[in-house]
Amino acid sequence: MTVIASQDIASTFQNIRDHALSRWQELWDGSKPIIMVSAATCGRSAGALEVLEAVKDELSRGQQDVQVMEVGCMGHCYAEPLVIIKKPGNPTVVYGYITPEKARRLVKDYIQGEDISPEFALGALEENELIPSIYDLPRFKHEKYILLENIGRIDPEDIDQYIAKGGYEALANALQMQPEDIIEEVRKSGLRGRGGAGFSTAQKWEVCRSSPGKIKYLICNADEGDPGAFMDRAILESDPHSVIEGMLIAAYTIGARHGYIYVRAEYPLAVHRAEIALEQAEGLGLLGKNILGSSFSFDIKPFQGSGAFVCGEETALIASLEGKPGLPHHRPPFPATSGLNGKPTVINNVKTLAYVPPIIRNGADWFASIGTEKSKGTAVFALAGKVVNTGLTEVPMGTTLRQIIFDVGGGIPKGRRFKAVQIGGPSGGCLPESALDMPIDFDSLKEVGAMMGSGGMVVLDEDDCMVEVARYFLEFTQRESCGKCTMCRLGTRQMLSMLEDFTCGRGQMQDLETLKELAEDVRIGSLCGLGRTSPNPVLTTMRYFRDEYKAHIEEKRCPALMCHDLIAYYILPEKCERSCDACVGTCTVEAISSNKQRVKVIDQAKCVKCGTCLTACPLQYNAVIKLSPPDKVPAAKG
Amino acid sequence: MPDTSTEPPVSNAKIVNTPEEQEDNRRRTRKVLKKFNRKRENLVPVLQQVQDELGYLPREAMLEVAEYLKVPEVDVYGVVTFYNQFRLKPPGKHSIRVCLGTACHMKGGYILLDAWKRRLGVDRGETTADREYDLDTVACVGCCAMAPVNVIDKKAEGRVSPTRVDGILLAFKMEKEKKAKEKPD
Repeated sequence: MTVIASQDIASTFQNIRDHALSRWQELWDGSKPIIMVSAATCGRSAGALEVLEAVKDELSRGQQDVQVMEVGCMGHCYAEPLVIIKKPGNPTVVYGYITPEKARRLVKDYIQGEDISPEFALGALEENELIPSIYDLPRFKHEKYILLENIGRIDPEDIDQYIAKGGYEALANALQMQPEDIIEEVRKSGLRGRGGAGFSTAQKWEVCRSSPGKIKYLICNADEGDPGAFMDRAILESDPHSVIEGMLIAAYTIGARHGYIYVRAEYPLAVHRAEIALEQAEGLGLLGKNILGSSFSFDIKPFQGSGAFVCGEETALIASLEGKPGLPHHRPPFPATSGLNGKPTVINNVKTLAYVPPIIRNGADWFASIGTEKSKGTAVFALAGKVVNTGLTEVPMGTTLRQIIFDVGGGIPKGRRFKAVQIGGPSGGCLPESALDMPIDFDSLKEVGAMMGSGGMVVLDEDDCMVEVARYFLEFTQRESCGKCTMCRLGTRQMLSMLEDFTCGRGQMQDLETLKELAEDVRIGSLCGLGRTSPNPVLTTMRYFRDEYKAHIEEKRCPALMCHDLIAYYILPEKCERSCDACVGTCTVEAISSNKQRVKVIDQAKCVKCGTCLTACPLQYNAVIKLSPPDKVPAAKG
Repeated sequence: MPDTSTEPPVSNAKIVNTPEEQEDNRRRTRKVLKKFNRKRENLVPVLQQVQDELGYLPREAMLEVAEYLKVPEVDVYGVVTFYNQFRLKPPGKHSIRVCLGTACHMKGGYILLDAWKRRLGVDRGETTADREYDLDTVACVGCCAMAPVNVIDKKAEGRVSPTRVDGILLAFKMEKEKKAKEKPD
C-alpha cells in the first residue's frame, strides 16, 4: 500500500472535523439546556428508559426548547439511572439514583425553575461554587480514564460527537504513516492484549503483516463471556466508534480488507449501537472503499455469537465464524498466520483496539509512561458483588487491589468484612486479604494464581462461601467445555462432583488431595485456555481458604452460612415480636406458622431456604437467623 | 446444592407439529433464507434469524436450512445443539431468563431460579404446558452491578427477589385477564 495522497487525506478529514466541531459547539455552547440520560444496558435495567420517558413527557408540557440525549454508561452503575444536566450559565451536574418522579422534579425545578437540586446530585463535572465537583470523590484520586474518557459523555449514536472529541484524528494520521511505523509506535507503547493473556499487540500485528497472502482478516473479539465482566459491553454501547477507529488502524497496519466484530448474542444493545456506528462511519467515508480518499479500503461486519463461552478463544471463535461448532484447535498455526478461511487473521479484544487511537494520537511515550514496567497503560475493571460502588473503573496498571476495592469501590456495604476478590472470571482466582496490597498487572496476578482475564472483579464478603464459589465456577466451565479434550470434558466433571460433595456435606479429607492432582491433570491435558485455566478458582480457594474446606468436610458446616444443604433458617423465639406477621406473609412456600404463644416457627420440611423471611423480619427484631449445620435447630415445642 | 444437573433436562413430551404447521414453518424459513446467499459461513446468522422468526428451530426448518446452504443435515443439527442460544422446543409467550453470572449467583440468582422453577413447575430449558412461560438461564447479561438480574421478555430487571417473582407472574396473569375481559369471545 503506498501513501500517495497525504494532503488529500488531511484536508478531507479536516472538512469532516470542522462540520462535527461546529455541530458540537452549537449543541454544547448553545443556549439550549441539555439533559443526558445514561441508558446503556445497566442503566436500562435500573429504569433509565422510564426516566427518559418521564423527562420527555414533563418537557412536552412546557414551552422550553431542551436537547434530550441518550448517552452510554458512565461507569457509576451503583447510582443508576444517571441523569446529567447542562444548563447554560450553570455547571454541568451529574444526578444519581433518579426515578421517573425525581426526573420530573428535576425538569420542573431546575430546567423550568432555578433550583439546581443539590439533593440529587452526585457532583458537578466542572469546578464551581454551587455543587462540589465529582472529581473530589476519593475514586478519582486513583482513576485514569483513557478508554472511559468519552463514555457517558457523548451520544453513541452520533458520530459527530465522537469526532468533535478528537475521534478519527488518529485514523487520519495513521493513513499518512507507513504500516511499519505504526507497528513500531505500538511496540514502543508496550500495549499488551486485553483479552486476558497479555500478548504483545505489536508482535501479533507484525506476524500477520509479514505472513504471505493477499487476503487478511481482522476480528474484534467482543465475545465477553466471563460471568461478572461487562467492560466490553459498556465500551461498545457507549463509545462504539473508538473500537471501529482502532479496527481501521489495525486493518490498515496488517493489510486487512475485511473485518468482523464478534459480539455475544446476549448483548443486543451493543450490536444495535455498533450497527448504527458502522453505518454512520461509512456515510462519512471513514469506512468502506478508499477511506478518506486514500487507497485503503476496509469493511466491517458485525457477527453475533450464539452463546458459547469457548468462542472467546480465538481458534474457536474462527470456527464459529465459519459456521461450525466452536471447537478450538491446536496452535500453532496461530491465527496470525492461518486463521479465518485459512488466511492470516488478527483477533484483538475490544479494549486492545480501543487503546490504539489514543496511542497514535498522543504518542507511544505518553502511553508507556502510564503503568508498570512490563504492563503499560491502564486496566479497566468491572467491579461487582459485595462492593458499594459497583460499576466500571479504569486505573493505571500497578494500582493495588486495596485502592480499587476500598477507594474506588467504596469498600464493602453494610459494614461487612472483606473476604476475597475474584479476578478474571472462571479462569481467574480468588485472592484473600493478604494479596490486597499487591500492585496489579498481568504478571503479578499470574504469580499469585489468578489472571487478569478480561477484567471482571467480583468482591466477596464474609457471607460468601469460598467452596461454593469454586463449585460455581467449575460448574460454569464444566457446562461450557466444548468436549474436545478428554481431561477438560471428564476431568472437570469429576472435580465438580467432588466439590458438590463438599457443599452437600458428603466430602472426605482425602478428596482434597485427589482434587489437587486432578486439577493439575486438567491443566496439562487441555488444549485451550478454557480447560487450562479452569482449575484456577479451585486451586486458589484451596490455597487461601483451606479452613473453609475443612469445616465443610469435617464438621459439615458452612462458615459463611451459604451452602444450601448445610444451613437452616430459624426464628429465635425470644426475639420474635409475636404480634408481627411479616415473615408469615412473605414466605413464598407458606412454611411459617404461629404457635400457641404466637411465636413464629419455620417448618423445616417445607422451607426452601430462599431467605425472604430473613429480609422481611424488621431490623429492630432481627429474629430470623441462619444456622449451620442444620441440626443445630432446636426441636420445635408445642 | 440447588441445581446439580449439568445437562438441560429432556422433556419426554415430544412436540409434533401438524402438517399445516410444518408447511407454515417451512414457508417462513424460506422467507428468511432468501436474504442470504448459499455460503456455509452464513449458517449461524441464518439459524439466528430463523429462530427469531419461528421462536425455535423445529426439525422441518433445520432440514430446509441444510438443503438451502448445501450443508449436511447432521452439521446443522450439530451447530444447533452446540450453541446455547438455539432452542429445539417452542418458546412460551413470555420468556424468563435468570442470570447466573458470578455477581448474580453470589447475590442469590440460584435462589431466584429455584423460585421460578417452583412457581412454574418446569426446569431450566423448559416451557410450561400451557406455553405461557419458558424458563432458562443465561451466563451473564453484563449488568452485574444490578445483581441479581432476571431478563423478562428481553427486558433486564435488576435487584430481583423471590417475592418479585410472584409479583411478575401476578402482573402477567392480570394482564391476561384484562385482555380476556376486553375480548370476551
